[in-house]
Amino acid sequence: MSKKRLIQGNEACAHAALYAGCNFYAGYPITPSSEVMEILSYEMPKLGRTFIQMEDEIASISAIIGAAWGGAKTLTATSGPGFSLMQEGIGYASITETPCVIVNCQRWGPSTGQPTKGAQGDVMQSIWGTHGDHAIIVVTASTVRDAFDMTVKSFNFAQQYRVPIVLLMDEVLAHMRENIDWPEPGDIEVIDAKRPADVKTYKPFANDEFLPFGQGARYHITGLAHGAEGFAVSDEAAARELKRMVGKVQDHVRDLALHDRYMLDDAELAIISYGITSRPAQSAVDLLRAQGIRAGLLSLKTLWPFPDFLIDEVAERVDTIVVPELNMGQLVREIGRAANGRSQVIPVSRIDGHLLTPAQIADAAVAPFATSAGKTLGKVVRS
Amino acid sequence: MSDNYRKFLRTSQLPHVWCPGCGDGMIVKALLEAIGELNLDQNKIAVVSGIGCSGRTPFILDFNTMHTTHGRALAFATGIKLANPELRVFAIMGDGDASAIGGNHFIHACRRNLDITALVFNNGIYGLTGGQLAPTTPVGKRSTTSTMGSIEQPFDLVRLALGAGAGFVARTTSFDHKQLTSYIKRAILHKGFSFVDILTSCPTYFGRMNDVAEPYDMVHYLRDTSSPLHDCTCGESEQPKAEVMPTGIFREEERADYEALYKQKIASASGKRSAS
Ligand SMILES: Cc1ncc(C[n+]2csc(CCOP(=O)(O)OP(=O)(O)O)c2C)c(N)n1
Ligand code: SF4
Repeated sequence: MSKKRLIQGNEACAHAALYAGCNFYAGYPITPSSEVMEILSYEMPKLGRTFIQMEDEIASISAIIGAAWGGAKTLTATSGPGFSLMQEGIGYASITETPCVIVNCQRWGPSTGQPTKGAQGDVMQSIWGTHGDHAIIVVTASTVRDAFDMTVKSFNFAQQYRVPIVLLMDEVLAHMRENIDWPEPGDIEVIDAKRPADVKTYKPFANDEFLPFGQGARYHITGLAHGAEGFAVSDEAAARELKRMVGKVQDHVRDLALHDRYMLDDAELAIISYGITSRPAQSAVDLLRAQGIRAGLLSLKTLWPFPDFLIDEVAERVDTIVVPELNMGQLVREIGRAANGRSQVIPVSRIDGHLLTPAQIADAAVAPFATSAGKTLGKVVRS
Repeated sequence: MSDNYRKFLRTSQLPHVWCPGCGDGMIVKALLEAIGELNLDQNKIAVVSGIGCSGRTPFILDFNTMHTTHGRALAFATGIKLANPELRVFAIMGDGDASAIGGNHFIHACRRNLDITALVFNNGIYGLTGGQLAPTTPVGKRSTTSTMGSIEQPFDLVRLALGAGAGFVARTTSFDHKQLTSYIKRAILHKGFSFVDILTSCPTYFGRMNDVAEPYDMVHYLRDTSSPLHDCTCGESEQPKAEVMPTGIFREEERADYEALYKQKIASASGKRSAS
């Protein structure tokens, strides 16, 4: 029988990294992510793995990229201000197709903002924060067990697709404790990068095979536009390479689009949420159902590449899509674009550092119809 | 003079990008000769660079090479070395690379003492971007962003490294080939962080902006503005004189390097009970 453990989101993330085989962590302390590094600073030496506290977040992301090419499975964890500093390295990781995992425990921003208040304001920065078109994967977690699973999956995706991956947590999930089923080794699949069959002919950017430094091949890595061998290219060749890199994730959107559905099959109203907000959103579905409104929830775990096809399925069937977020409306823009006029898309935003409540989401869902004739959704009555 | 540096050149990437008369190529030759003379395993060498003219070095070296981001070579090198301690890791940086944008990484690498050899190609100016002021530009010298002469006191990278705790600290010039090769060899053999500040010439920008445009004149300028430590009037407590940079080995003292200390930590930690 599996063990239960009362554990915090950040603890789950740290232990999941070890579970996934992470053997190199570099980071710089920042609230609300610091527990991840504190735990790893203690646990990694016990396992003979490497932990290092760097001088800043630019150094941290640079070190994990270096370590990846040194042959390690690598992680860093940070929050808003540190995440901003990491954008340079994230671009480098993307163009050099370096597998690495970046956990961002979101806090209220911009700048120092409110360090101990949760938010979901870094969605767009996670996707577009570094300059230029680029390949990146962005995922989220909404429960402590989810934080564990999504950390392991982040390592898997990073290794399979050779991309940097951002796992978006938030202050609430980072510090929240839940009694979770503790995964035993083997319960969650752990995937490592493919190694080339022949090291002598290895070209670092020919395919998704990954061979670290010092294993018999001698090759070059650069942040300049480059071809299969790692040497600089320009013009059409550069365009071709960029398309290939971005295609690596965009062409696999169906494999990458992790999500949960709740009462969606017969829904006439859908809530689409992600991260911590999926929890009040699920309760909002129950509230609405209790009022006779057939509501359902699509909870997105993968935010990028954006799963248009999932929004398509929903928009085909429902009149209304409600998008609750702890920001002033970020993912709702993608959802609105994908829904493409087929459903009314209603943003629900909360930015005072607190979570949306189920009632706030449910109220917002029915508000547009409270006065409009012809609609029968009615107003949700709160007890 | 040995000829065994050629086998380390990635000939597919030649010719290199440097201007005629640039000092960078001379440093590369000394580096490769040092590696050849020490018989290092070609497959176990990683050369990491930042961004700059100096940063183009790894392209032409037949090792595992990594051209990183501006100023961050040492942070990347730290990750590579810790992930695979078998590798001999070199970090090649420009002076702006190492001491402006990368200054923080530089002092922390000195202090942290990983077994990495850091070489700064110090031409006193920003080469790649077209000749702007560097933190190493001597007072009064012109650049495209200090056309009336710099009013800023420059960094003395040797003192910076000494103050930050580097175990091996040396300075020489790119034209003094024998001394340069021997310093690089000693830096490689030093267990722990080693740093060689290599004064070199950028005739294209530093030279043209400061009336020493001919490569030959630039070499004379380097000779006239550097002097062996024991001949140098510039004492430990004085400010460096812009006109004369002392050369020599300033420190060669080994202390436990990061890897050794981390191994000790692993040994004492593995007795501890896991929290999970
Ligand atoms: C973040 C960032 N800022 C600025 C630049 C532009 N840049 C490229 S090289 C360089 C300075 C080059 O001077 P130095 O480091 O002394 O090296 P050199 O070219 O002289 O070898 C600058 C400012 C950059 N590439 N990245
Ligand atoms: S600009 Fe200066 S440093 Fe750069 S290659 Fe030319 S001479 Fe060398």
